[in-house]
Amino acid sequence: MNGSPLLSVRDLVKHYPVRGKGLSRRTAGQVHAVCGVSFDLHRGETLGLVGESGCGKSTTGRAVLNLQPPTSGHVVFDGLDLGTVGAAEMRRLRQRMQIVFQDPYASLDPRMTVSDAVAEPLRIHDTYRQEGPDRVRELLATVGLNPEHGNRYPHEFSGGQRQRVGIARALAMRPELIVLDEPVSALDVSIQAGVVNLLEDLQEQLGLAYLFVAHDLSVVRHIAHRVAVMYLGRIVEVGDTDELFDRPAHPYTQALISAIPLPDPRLERVRARERIVIGGDVPNPAAPPSGCRFRTRCPKFTRLTEAERTVCVEQPPDLAERGHGHPVACHYAEAAAG
Amino acid sequence: MTREIVLEVEDLTVSFPTEDGLVRAVRGVSYTLRRGEVLGIVGESGSGKSVTSMAVMGLLPGSAKVGGSVRFRGQELVGAPDKELRTIRGGRIAMVFQDPMTSLNPVYPVGDQIAEAVRAHNDVSAAAARERAIELLAIMQIPRPRERARDYPHEFSGGMRQRVVIATAMANDPDVIIADEPTTALDVTVQAQVLRALETARAATDAAMVLITHDLGVVAGTADRVLVMYAGRPVELGDVDSIYYEPRMPYTLGLIGSLPRLDDARRGERLVPITGSPPSLLDLPPGCPFGPRCPMRQEVCESAEPELLAASAPDHLAACHFSADLEGRRPEDVFALTSADHPGGAR
Repeated sequence: MNGSPLLSVRDLVKHYPVRGKGLSRRTAGQVHAVCGVSFDLHRGETLGLVGESGCGKSTTGRAVLNLQPPTSGHVVFDGLDLGTVGAAEMRRLRQRMQIVFQDPYASLDPRMTVSDAVAEPLRIHDTYRQEGPDRVRELLATVGLNPEHGNRYPHEFSGGQRQRVGIARALAMRPELIVLDEPVSALDVSIQAGVVNLLEDLQEQLGLAYLFVAHDLSVVRHIAHRVAVMYLGRIVEVGDTDELFDRPAHPYTQALISAIPLPDPRLERVRARERIVIGGDVPNPAAPPSGCRFRTRCPKFTRLTEAERTVCVEQPPDLAERGHGHPVACHYAEAAAG
Repeated sequence: MTREIVLEVEDLTVSFPTEDGLVRAVRGVSYTLRRGEVLGIVGESGSGKSVTSMAVMGLLPGSAKVGGSVRFRGQELVGAPDKELRTIRGGRIAMVFQDPMTSLNPVYPVGDQIAEAVRAHNDVSAAAARERAIELLAIMQIPRPRERARDYPHEFSGGMRQRVVIATAMANDPDVIIADEPTTALDVTVQAQVLRALETARAATDAAMVLITHDLGVVAGTADRVLVMYAGRPVELGDVDSIYYEPRMPYTLGLIGSLPRLDDARRGERLVPITGSPPSLLDLPPGCPFGPRCPMRQEVCESAEPELLAASAPDHLAACHFSADLEGRRPEDVFALTSADHPGGAR
C-alpha cells in the first residue's frame, strides 16, 4: 500500500476499573481489555480483527472511534490525533468515521420509521435541508432495500434487512472509515452472504476502509485484505490474509484455524484427526499471566525445555518480524500449513 | 452391517395455537436412527429443528399439539403418560442443550447433580452414585474431578459446564443422545473441546446421536447422515457426502453456496446469497415453502408442495419438483450473485 495510512493506531491501551463489592466501591483492580495494540489501515482496505470472546477486539474498535476514550496510546485519523482534537473538531471528524453494530434488533429505534432512522445522521449534521428525502431513498437503494418501504418500522423487516438499514445509516455522511463490529454474526447463513457481498460492493464503489471485527474466521478470510489475531488484549500475529491463513506462525493462530470445522465432509474426516484441541479457557483479563499471555494454554509451551519456558514466563514477546514474512508475537514461532 | 433401530420418528407434526392463529412449527418429519449412528439436523432459525427434538423427548408445553409417531425401540412415546416417559427421559434418551448455565442448577454442586441423574434411574447408594459422578467427570477430562465435583456451576468455565452436562447425559448409558446446538454460544477453541467430549460420550455408550445445529461445518465432521429442515418441513435427507456434494434441493445448494470458506476452496469468488427470508409459519404459501426464494420456481411450485422422494440414490431424499435438474449444478449456476435483498432491486 502506498501513501500515508488513513488510520494509524499506536500502543493503544484500554483498562477498565473493577469496583470492590463493599460500600466504598473502591477500585479493586483493572481489567486489561486492550494492552498496547498498534496497526495501520489504508484507504479502500479491510483489516480483519479476530479473536475469541474477551480478547479486546470490540474494545479496540470502539476506542478507534473515540467512543470509549483509550487509557493511553494514540489513534491518528488522516493525520489528526484524536486524543488532542477539540470537541467541535471531533464532531466534524465523526462524519468521516462510522460504526455498524452486531445486533440489528437493538441498534434501531423501534418507534422510528426506517427513513427517519437513515435521515437522523443527516439531520444531526444539518445536511438534511439540502439533501432531503432523495438522499434517504438513494441510500436505501444503495444497500439493496426497496426505497418504497422507507415508511415502515424496523419490526417489519428481517434481521438481514435491518442490518442493511444500519449500514445505510453509517453511509449517510459519506464516511471514509467504517468499523464493522461483528456485522453478520447475528444473521442466518443464507442472509449473511448477501450482506457480505453488499459490504464488498460498497467498498469497491465508495473506496471505504473497513475495520472488520469478528470471531468468524471464515467470513474474515473472505472479506479482509489483512488480518490481525488478538489474544487477551494483544495482537499475536498480523499479516496479509492468505499468508496468515496459509502459513500461520503463532501457536494460537494455528490452534484457532485448526479448531474450525469446514463444511466439507471428506476434508473434515482428515482434519478431525489432526485437530489441535487446546485445553482450558481464556484467563481472567484482570490478572493476565506474566510474560507471554498465551503460555497457560499453549500446546508448544509443554514441549519446550525448562530454559526455553523461562523466557515465555518472564518476557512478553514483541510483535515483530521473525523470519516468517509477517510479524508474530511468539519467542518460538514456527510456520505451519494452515 | 445394519444395526438395531433405536428411534423411529414418523410423520411428526407440532403446532402451537396462538392469538394470531395456529403456528405449524413442524410438518411431517420422519427419520430412523440406528445404534451408534449420528444424524445431523440442520436448518436456520425457525426451521423447526429444535421443536422436533423437544417433541421426541415429550418436553413441549401442554398447549402444543403433537401428531404422528415416535417409537423408542418399538415403544410409542407420543401420548405416553408422563410416568412412562420419565423412565426413558434422561435414562434411555439423554439431552444436551445449548446453554449449560440453564441446564445446571446454580445452587447445587455439580457432582451432586450428576449423582442425582444416576440415582433417578438406578437403585444405587448415594456413595456409589457419587463415585460414578467423579468417574464421569474424569472421562470428560475435568482436571482433579474429585475436588471439582464439590464446586458449583458458576465456578466452571462455559466449556467445562457443557462437559458437565455431557457427563450427566451419559450417566445412565443412554441409547440415544440428543444434542441441541451444543456448541453455539461457545468460542471455536472451546467448541473443539466440547465436540470431542460429545464424541467420547457417544463412543463410550455406543448411543445413537441427534446433533442439531445451524453450523454446516460442525455437521460435516460429526454426522453420518443429515436432515435439512426448512419452514418446519424436512426438505432433504441423506448420507453426509450426498448432502454436501450432490444436494438435490435448491435450499441445500443455496446454503452451501452462501458459506464463506476458511480453506482456499472458494478464494476470490463471490458468495452466493439466497434472497428474501423464510416464510411466516402462521400463513404458509400453498406450494413449496422455499418457492418464493427459489430461482428455479415454476407454476407447479406455487400450487403443490413437493413430497420427500428419492433423489440421487434410494436413501437420498429431496423435496423438490425439479430435483433431477440439480444434478451437477453449482450454487452460482442456480442463484444470482447479487448483493440486493429483493429480486430486481437497485444496487
